[in-house]
Amino acid sequence: MSHPVHPGPESLQPFFNGIDALCQPQIIFGGSIAALIGGLVFRRYLVKPAVAIGITVATLAFVGLSCLNGQFLSQAQKPDNVPIWILLAMTGFVLWVSFYQAVRNDDRIRQGLRTEEHEAAEEKLHVWPYLLYIEGIVAAFAMLVLFVWSVGIEAPLEQFANIAKTPNPSKAPWYFLGLQEMLVYYDPWMAGVVLPSMIISGLVVIPYCDPNPKGVGYYTFEQRKLAITTFLFGFVALWVVMIFVGTFLRGPNWNFYGLYEEWNPHKLEQLNNVNLSEFFWQNFMGESLPKQWFAREWPGFAVILIYFTAVPMVCAGLFRKLYKSLGFVRYNILIVHALFMMALPIKMLLRWSFNLKYIVYIPEYFFNI
Amino acid sequence: MSGIGDKLRKVLDESVYQSVIWRSVFRHGFPDTDRNRTLVVLSNLFLHLHPAKLKGHAVRMRYTWCMGGLSFFMFLILTISGVFLMFYYRPTPEYAYADIIDLREGIPLGAFMRNIHRWGAHAMVIIVWLHMLRVFMTGSYKAPREFNWGVGVILLVLTLLLSFTGYLLPWDQLAIWAITVGTNMARATPFLGHEGPGASLIGYDDFAVVHPKSDVRFMLLGGSIVGPPALLRFYVLHCVFLPLVAGFLMAVHFWRIRKDGFSAPL
Repeated sequence: MSHPVHPGPESLQPFFNGIDALCQPQIIFGGSIAALIGGLVFRRYLVKPAVAIGITVATLAFVGLSCLNGQFLSQAQKPDNVPIWILLAMTGFVLWVSFYQAVRNDDRIRQGLRTEEHEAAEEKLHVWPYLLYIEGIVAAFAMLVLFVWSVGIEAPLEQFANIAKTPNPSKAPWYFLGLQEMLVYYDPWMAGVVLPSMIISGLVVIPYCDPNPKGVGYYTFEQRKLAITTFLFGFVALWVVMIFVGTFLRGPNWNFYGLYEEWNPHKLEQLNNVNLSEFFWQNFMGESLPKQWFAREWPGFAVILIYFTAVPMVCAGLFRKLYKSLGFVRYNILIVHALFMMALPIKMLLRWSFNLKYIVYIPEYFFNI
Repeated sequence: MSGIGDKLRKVLDESVYQSVIWRSVFRHGFPDTDRNRTLVVLSNLFLHLHPAKLKGHAVRMRYTWCMGGLSFFMFLILTISGVFLMFYYRPTPEYAYADIIDLREGIPLGAFMRNIHRWGAHAMVIIVWLHMLRVFMTGSYKAPREFNWGVGVILLVLTLLLSFTGYLLPWDQLAIWAITVGTNMARATPFLGHEGPGASLIGYDDFAVVHPKSDVRFMLLGGSIVGPPALLRFYVLHCVFLPLVAGFLMAVHFWRIRKDGFSAPL
């Protein structure tokens, strides 16, 4: 069924191959976390308009060159992937806008001045016309964009639904690709039920677990370093990047493909993942696996117990001020959500470095972590 | 200098703006004085979502990115285009796919309305996320607005569910498989899904309480595969239930913005 795709001009092949070699889960996720931290550290340079324009031009050039490759183009120009481009562009732009203002405000605060928002808030403006005109113009502009988008790109319609014919890959809607990516590292009950529930409840409890009274109503980074870093880690590294990966780098059989690598459904990936209990009993103790599930899996339970008890205690010691201002209950709500959030990158890391499949493996009860 | 414009204005003043009908609709003069600018906002049902006056920073686009307002605007566009589509669409496998083809091929503006609905839905998901990002970056979730942040999170989830339920309705390969992949997760719900941890503990000897025809996925789909009952369920959720819940929570969300005050530096 697959037609060979056009690989693009000969002179660009080394470039494409180089990028493809970099397209591995550990490099993509590790790189995006590094880029996020680097972006926060070097925010003063990145918010300079000249730098931002330079990065934009470079990105556009990269995308433009990439479009010479058939595989990339076929994914990039899918009508249903247009929102991915908008999401990537808009997220980058609004982050730039907020950090541009945050850096300026932080400078003003350091000089003992009030923030730009403080000064603007002095003045009271009539909603008519000052706000309603803006709303009207923005609504008209949004309508125009949507009109052009709808006239220009036809919403696709595939063949009649057929439950007997599975497309490969079958993908969830793009905004759930983060969850589908989690399925690589966790079983469905974790990736599809527990972790999404923890994302929702984690978002809801943010205001109750942020004891920092500063930074209300104005852009700042220096007054809210921990909160903003944590939130952006979740929003950018664990959500937006996963959507990008799920769209462009996950192909047939949910294998990981390079950006320019043809989606060959017969690509084989070595899967020799092992469970923690096998590590412990066979490699470490040199015995065979115990039959009874608890006797077999207690090391995994111990690891999880330590993760959810010792780590909070150590963190309470490290962040005494946070612990004191939140109190026991709210501190624990915060730390449990943080631990669930970190559970994904930790499991990724364990998979990549030790081929670890499950920490606890009890197929008898569908209980695998 | 009295040009034709002035004359027209005079005629309009006398015959329209001073008329009984005009004055019965608009109970104030032109919004060119402070008093009338206040009245125009206070006396109009739609405009009174706003206060009459705002602090200067809250008006600026660089502060709000307009994302909250745009989320609501997208909801309205999707409601209007969605009602249009409902006139032509029947939620059964025999008709659903054919009705979409009809919309594309035979109905004036049908394809356009479907495109607006499809791309507007994608846009709304992005806009709602960015709205959340803005509210976070300005610390606007902090006291006294903690509760409203929570309402917003639920609205975000509803936006995703609205989009997800709508995905199935064209009844094409993309639809059925995206929903199959998505709802397969429900099999693994702890205790409530038949492949979920703990489900096998509920029951008695060989008698399982949670099995493929009784679990939470079955409830969601009205069957053990994505079939006709699932299409009807998703249609009702998409067109009636979820919009009603979202509308109700939006009312709470907007009311609380007014009561708690728009986020401002102290």
